[in-house]
Amino acid sequence: MEHGSWLTGLLVYLAAAVFAVPVARFLGLGSIIGYLAAGILIGPWGLKFVTDPQQMLQFAEFGVVLMLFLVGLELEPQRLWSLRKPIFGWGSTQLLGSAALLVAGALAFGIDWRFAVVAAIGLAMSSTAIGLGVLAERNMMATTAGESILSVSLLQDIAAIPILALLPFLAMGSGHEGAGGSGWLGPLKAIGTIAVVILGGRLLLRPMLRWIALSDTPEIFTAASLLLVVATAALMNAVGLSMALGAFLAGVLLAESEYRRELETDIEPFKGLLLGLFFIAVGMSIDFAAVLRQPWLIAGVVVAFLAVKALVLWAMARTMPIPRLERPIFILLLAQGGEFGFVVFQTARQAGVISMPVSSFLVAAVAISMLLAPLFLVAADRWWIPYLAGSKRRLDVEEISEPQNASVIIAGFGRYGQIVGRMLFANGVAATVLDHDAEAIEALRKFGWRVYYGDATRLDLMRTAGADKARVLVLAIDDTVQSVECAKMVRENFPEVTIVARARNVQHYYELYELGVTMIERETLDSALMTARSALEQLGWQPHQARNLALRFRRHNVAQLAALAPHRKDEARLIAAAKQGRRQLEELFAIERQQAAERQARAGWSADVPAATDQKPLPS
Amino acid sequence: MAETAAEAPSSPGAEILVLVAHPELEQSRANRRMLLDARSLQDVLPPGRIEVRDLYALYPDYLIDIAAEQTALAAARLVVWQQPIHWYGMPPLLKLWVDDVLTFGWAYGPGGTSLRGKDLWLVATTGGPEDSYRPDSYNRYFFEAFLPPYEQTAALCGMRFLPPLMLHGAHKASEAEIAAHAATYAKQLAGYPQWPELDAVEQCVECEVPLTARPMENVMEATA
Repeated sequence: MEHGSWLTGLLVYLAAAVFAVPVARFLGLGSIIGYLAAGILIGPWGLKFVTDPQQMLQFAEFGVVLMLFLVGLELEPQRLWSLRKPIFGWGSTQLLGSAALLVAGALAFGIDWRFAVVAAIGLAMSSTAIGLGVLAERNMMATTAGESILSVSLLQDIAAIPILALLPFLAMGSGHEGAGGSGWLGPLKAIGTIAVVILGGRLLLRPMLRWIALSDTPEIFTAASLLLVVATAALMNAVGLSMALGAFLAGVLLAESEYRRELETDIEPFKGLLLGLFFIAVGMSIDFAAVLRQPWLIAGVVVAFLAVKALVLWAMARTMPIPRLERPIFILLLAQGGEFGFVVFQTARQAGVISMPVSSFLVAAVAISMLLAPLFLVAADRWWIPYLAGSKRRLDVEEISEPQNASVIIAGFGRYGQIVGRMLFANGVAATVLDHDAEAIEALRKFGWRVYYGDATRLDLMRTAGADKARVLVLAIDDTVQSVECAKMVRENFPEVTIVARARNVQHYYELYELGVTMIERETLDSALMTARSALEQLGWQPHQARNLALRFRRHNVAQLAALAPHRKDEARLIAAAKQGRRQLEELFAIERQQAAERQARAGWSADVPAATDQKPLPS
Repeated sequence: MAETAAEAPSSPGAEILVLVAHPELEQSRANRRMLLDARSLQDVLPPGRIEVRDLYALYPDYLIDIAAEQTALAAARLVVWQQPIHWYGMPPLLKLWVDDVLTFGWAYGPGGTSLRGKDLWLVATTGGPEDSYRPDSYNRYFFEAFLPPYEQTAALCGMRFLPPLMLHGAHKASEAEIAAHAATYAKQLAGYPQWPELDAVEQCVECEVPLTARPMENVMEATA
């Protein structure tokens, strides 16, 4: 490719994304719709800046690969193992159930069975990119719905292996010479490659990364991270396996390594951009000619396959069960078609199972469903989820809707918020409690807590919760990003409210501190100090002295934290100052021990106890 | 208690240092009113004239910042202990303050001259009425009988013990009586050291504590 067109291409992609994504976000539609719209805008059916979306799609598919690598990094092997039942059980239910119903439907319309099978399998797939993208955007990865979506997506990735290997056999029946004889060798090679990746990952990757990290060149570590993903993907691709699956495996194998965080931060920006590019490419690849030729037929197919899949998913969500308020997300994210559908149709076309027009028809149907999914989600947020919350008003979770006016609002009612709440309630203080975990709320309600469902980072909900009348906001959200977001929103909109915050760690502490929050408690400090007291007591310190030492340690530690606030971004200074502070405290305690020992010696007391029982100079 | 508020505020230093110690200020009428009146003087009088430290608010966990307290003491000329009399003596945090802050070698003993020449003024309330402090009533002693520990604490540090300001029967005192008492208190604080009765108070006695007296021997013996 010549220089000029390469630059123009880059210019067009970046400009479209930079324009469309913020607009979509301002409209409350989420970034994925923004990317898709940008793709349609610059594609062959829009402004015609780009005419060959397929090439871009292949390149950008790497974004999905990187995303699955990151998902793998978050999943330790044990956790993956514990997910085996949802993956194989519920994942197969979704894929086979949807495909079977779709085939039955197609056969009922008198469609050729081979064509029906290909279409059904392709349409039964869901978009991993949109699904996990939305989950990440909404911070729902850890919810029941999030884990279920991940499980089903993984099963689809795994299932793609036999599906793509078996597709050519369908063609043989219709007289085409497909990939023939190599059919049995394929699975063997596939299993062999997965074994190589797992063994190599276990034995070689960590020493290799350690060696690279020793070179102390950050950009080479980034390069190595990318190389690792590219190499795994290439290896899998060579034997006809899903690249994304390979990257996922590599991620899982590195989930326990000490380089996990570093890999994450290195890969993250590439993933984000490539994934954006991928959505742009999907937008571009919608073949509006195919759509316009048979607009009603395609609309019918999209509606039908979405309905069939939604039905299967709804039944699954009920039996699993997934908390009511998470069901819309689960159903909508998995009902849409996915990028694997593109691959299935393309392979089928190459094998001669389906014709070119049929293939582009199906690709268009999938792409339209991918465009619709985020729009449906927006609609679900506005109407469906509030309806679900409202329909069970008396029985279980309700989004907060009636204005509250308690003097305290507790945001986040997990392990931390509950203790705060109990202490306040025990003293007759009324508090409005918000949490965004529907499942937890259902459980809490059984114990008689009045907890509202609501996202504390939302201005309208906080207003309904009475933030304009409350005196204190107890910020006990466990997610640091949301906690900071909530603090920021409240500081800006309700400056009268005093925020009393829980900090997960020192970084979180500083982020809150910089927003002007002054009442911050680090969640582990006090319990750790109690443990230290117990340890000292076991070593012979008097309980009361251990208490004094712990409290003084605390005071020193907190003062130091405040003193270091200005340097918090300068790591070297931070470390130096922290070391100095620790030394000061050690010296102080050492001097006191010495003085105590001298006093004891003067008085002729035995000095075999590590600390004096009576350090205080009492005049009488 | 917030982490950032756990540190005792460092004192800028003032001529009059009022230390208030009431463990249940929320139940108090007299001491709270007196605290508020004393505190409002902080805004009226020039800076550096008076500082009010509410010990139970500063140290709810009974962890006294000794350095901060000694700094405040060093700057003061008059030290006020404002407290209710509990079990014929100090509330526990004030006693802990005495134990922790008035250290050997700083407040008394060899080199312990930091407080020498300053005034100590006890401003106290009792729940029982004045006539309960009589040999024929349930407190069995005149109130003056409970003062020697205070006087001697001042004396050991080389401080002059000023005539205490007492409000007896605080439980039953009317709002008007409490307001009047608090006003007297504030007026005296503002007027210090121009008090007519100060001329009658003799300078403190010298109490030298030999080094060998520490820590086993009874200090009272050494000073007797």
